[in-house]
Amino acid sequence: MSALVEIRNLSKIYERGKQKIEVLHHVQLDIEAGDFMALMGPSGSGKTTLLNLIGGLDSPTDGSITIGGQRIDRLSESALAKWRSSHVGFVFQFYNLLPMLSARRNVELPLLLTRLSAAQRKRNAAVALQLVGLADRAAHKPGELSGGQQQRVAIARAIVSDPTLLVCDEPTGDLDRQSAAEVLTLLQQLNRDHGKTIIMVTHDPKAAEFAKHTLQLDKGSLVASAQAAPA
Amino acid sequence: MKYLQLVWSAMFRRKTRTVFTLLSVLAAFLLFGLLDSVRSAFANAASSVAGVDRLVTVSKISFTMSLPKSLLSGIAALPGVAKVTYANWFGGIYQDPKNFFANEAVADNFFDLYPEWQLSQAERTAFRTTRTGAVVGESLAKKYNWKLGDKIPLQATIFPQKNGGNAWTFDLVGIYRVSNPKQKNQESILFFNWDYFDEARAFGNGNVGWYITQVSDRKLAQQVADAIDALSANSDHETKTQTEQAFNAAFVSQYGDIGLIVGAIMGAVFFTLILLTGNTMAQAVRERVPELAVLKTIGFSNHSVLALLLAESVLLIVFGGAIGLLLAGVVVDAVRAAVGETVPMTRVGAAIWLRGVGLMVLIGLIVGALPARRGMRLRIVDALAGR
Repeated sequence: MSALVEIRNLSKIYERGKQKIEVLHHVQLDIEAGDFMALMGPSGSGKTTLLNLIGGLDSPTDGSITIGGQRIDRLSESALAKWRSSHVGFVFQFYNLLPMLSARRNVELPLLLTRLSAAQRKRNAAVALQLVGLADRAAHKPGELSGGQQQRVAIARAIVSDPTLLVCDEPTGDLDRQSAAEVLTLLQQLNRDHGKTIIMVTHDPKAAEFAKHTLQLDKGSLVASAQAAPA
Repeated sequence: MKYLQLVWSAMFRRKTRTVFTLLSVLAAFLLFGLLDSVRSAFANAASSVAGVDRLVTVSKISFTMSLPKSLLSGIAALPGVAKVTYANWFGGIYQDPKNFFANEAVADNFFDLYPEWQLSQAERTAFRTTRTGAVVGESLAKKYNWKLGDKIPLQATIFPQKNGGNAWTFDLVGIYRVSNPKQKNQESILFFNWDYFDEARAFGNGNVGWYITQVSDRKLAQQVADAIDALSANSDHETKTQTEQAFNAAFVSQYGDIGLIVGAIMGAVFFTLILLTGNTMAQAVRERVPELAVLKTIGFSNHSVLALLLAESVLLIVFGGAIGLLLAGVVVDAVRAAVGETVPMTRVGAAIWLRGVGLMVLIGLIVGALPARRGMRLRIVDALAGR
């Protein structure tokens, strides 16, 4: 089985004035399709940078990233934007919903970039909201929802265009224990029942337990890998 | 269209700020509508199609200098001249200096040169045969509630009577109408008999203010104008003959360059508007950097973000501006209904709307340009990290 994500010799160097900071150092990584991977490590270890590079939000200084057979590190900015719209769903720590739009409109956002009709967009958004258990809150604005509900809306937005890959940056970092468990169970369900490949950055070992694999990053290099015990 | 909801919601993200900005835009375009209405009225006066076959002859030195009446027979005898008449500015005041309207002493054949003005044969005859007879436009008559047979007293400001008095009283014998809506302002004039004026005035007798000549063929206009001016060449009353259109334009310019004045006022207003709305847009984009980063994250391209922000800016100005222009239309109609054609204002029609919408789009693009460029260029990872 070929890997969905193939990372070879990946380096990322940030320049701050005259100072060069190497955040990722020759990372080699394969992630199989259908995997649910937790990426852990101390602050500044390069977790979010690696996630951003896999999600096509940033470009590497060196090395290659191949996702689904496509070298995304070679894509232009506009081609990368188009690629993101159809291949990746993003979930952030602080939900990042647009506060002036209802839950349904937020979920519909990625579909504005498709050729779907308004009715079809509305239908797909309703299905995504139903999947995350928020069909009855479609008309509510983010400010009217709890943190856990907002994160579930964000997950609905991430999956509405049916991407193969979900990248989640500390998705439970702003949630209480119960809401976090609900969100993680939802991610697990999306991975198990819908075949979504999930890469999740987290500080929380409890959250990492929901993943199939855990990768440890330290000072820009992968240092350990662990497989979760079968549930 | 599918992005309209997104743009509209973003515009009203901060309702109070947006409402105040909209009010500023509304006020600016209300003013634009009113001023452009006045400017258009003056421009129409100068470019009226009527009168292209009429020439106006005035003193070459100044419009205010009079010409000898003896020129009349010379002009009438020139080839290409169909009719000729003459007139004098009177400058009388009706009751109060605020009640300004043009009033002129004219020859008894004056109305023969203005077939586009509707005046019955009976009224024309009455004007010829009544020494103190006067004819006014319908708008003016309505404004002061004058009816045929009324006596209209005017207080002279230039021409006292021979007895030293300034009170001139005229008998209203005719009311003319102008059917062309664009020339309704021509209904705001009072005409009275030149013969009565010349007999009764204390000075200037035997002189006229200007001649109006109708040419038999428009193509001959320049030739006839040259011939008229040649009659007085090298005399102490040299003349300048021009088409009635050119004369109207020159007359209007006595009040100042209306276009320049309106342009200067609107320039200042729009400059302030650009600063104000530009600041609002810049603030709106600054506040929404993380949201714009999210749009880019889910696949909106740099150009899509640029277009969304420009659309928001244009929509803001067009929305406020359209309400302002609608209000201007209501105000202009109300003013015209209240005071008639004495205030030179054209209706806020298609031409003003076209100019207005053009300005709205242009201002929208100008004020949106810098914030939109910032939104377009922001780096996703920096914006999401709050850098």
